[in-house]
Amino acid sequence: MSKGQVGAEQRLVTPGMVVGPSSGKRAGSGMIAEKIEFIATRVGWLHEQNNVVSVSPINSAYMPRSGDLIVGFVAEVRNNLWFFDVNGPFQALLPMSLAPWKVEFGSTRKHLGIGDAALARIQEVDEPHNMVLTMKGVGLRRLNEGAVLSIPVNLIDTLRGDNNSMVSRIRDVTDCRIIVGDNGRVWVHGSSDDMRVARELIQTLNQEGHKNTFESAVKALENERGEH
Amino acid sequence: MGGYGDVKLLREDGKRLDGRAIDEMRPVTIEAGVLPAADGSAMVTHGLNVAVAAVYGPMEAHPRKIQRQDRAVIDVRYNMAPFSTGDRIRPGFNRRSREISKVTAESLESVVLVERYPRSKIRVEIEILAAEAGTRCAGITAASVALADAGIPMRDMIVGVASGKIEDTVVLDLDKAEDNYGQADLPVGILPNTGEIAFLQMDGDLSVEEYNLAMEYNHKAAKEIHEVMVDALKRRYEGGEA
Repeated sequence: MSKGQVGAEQRLVTPGMVVGPSSGKRAGSGMIAEKIEFIATRVGWLHEQNNVVSVSPINSAYMPRSGDLIVGFVAEVRNNLWFFDVNGPFQALLPMSLAPWKVEFGSTRKHLGIGDAALARIQEVDEPHNMVLTMKGVGLRRLNEGAVLSIPVNLIDTLRGDNNSMVSRIRDVTDCRIIVGDNGRVWVHGSSDDMRVARELIQTLNQEGHKNTFESAVKALENERGEH
Repeated sequence: MGGYGDVKLLREDGKRLDGRAIDEMRPVTIEAGVLPAADGSAMVTHGLNVAVAAVYGPMEAHPRKIQRQDRAVIDVRYNMAPFSTGDRIRPGFNRRSREISKVTAESLESVVLVERYPRSKIRVEIEILAAEAGTRCAGITAASVALADAGIPMRDMIVGVASGKIEDTVVLDLDKAEDNYGQADLPVGILPNTGEIAFLQMDGDLSVEEYNLAMEYNHKAAKEIHEVMVDALKRRYEGGEA
């Protein structure tokens, strides 16, 4: 990812900060164009890529978009649908027609009860934030085992790395199955010892929030485990 | 307000009782991210005032009747701790805290990009731990930093600052004695980058010239406080890109 102007120092911006003239450029996320200037609307690092100036926020809430892979918890069950907590401002709805099982009216509780975790995809989000989930798709299922960890939404890219390279490395080194949801929830499954290692690694990312520190933690673990 | 005549608030050397010049502000310190459980938080000390603000959300607005289909609502709760003043304050809402919560919410709504979060609620809790005149201003400043810390998009931050009149002299940032025995108080919420006014209240009387001078002081102080706010956010996230 390119940072700010090439060769320039990374620039931390705060809401209301005038970033520069808007001539010939477009405002990306975290940026508004007012008259002839760009104004940052969030605390974050300034980015410029393909003539689009944007802010990559340091802290942000999860805002669902259609197509997102999410790890959700069942919050409410009705006779023909489930409501999921997806770590967003609103609950998402999973109708029984989009569940992977043949569900009869009134038997929704047999498949998913309150508190159960599931891997689902967001099928649709409309403007007032009504969300519909689907569990029809490859790999979408109820999560019966393993642990669900939380990370801030802005650290998802760091955890995944380029083309999921970092997640693959963590999978290899911890010997765990790991799925990173777009909503800041990570599903981890392996032996209890391996899961502890993975959990510690993700905690390092949560606490430090810094790409280089996290990479060196993964590297240290690779060296340590490689020797055994 | 209205003055007490015989109370001396200015010294013979032209300075105020606490030694400040007439256009001098009390020291301001700000720290962002003081509450781990909140989505965003900040603590502001302004002279002897201590204000802590916490931001939660955006979340689904409850009860449903407060939801707006096209924008988020900002729910502000300003509260003074019982131990914040010399005389114990009865805990809970009162008429004053309701008023301050309302004006704070309305001023924050003018800067937060509320249309990004339809049907949602952003909860802002402001707790005054110590009070020495100017708590609503300290509260607004704290709420602004906490909103920025929570990653809520805003077109600018708001700085709360006040000027007033004592012994027929316009002064910046009234302390407790000046607030109690002075002639006027003019708290405002200023958008530091554009100089726009997000809220303005006036207690007492000011002539047009006095008002203009008071606003001049307020704008100058707002710029200074804004620098402290930006510095607080930068300090919180120093250490490089995530």
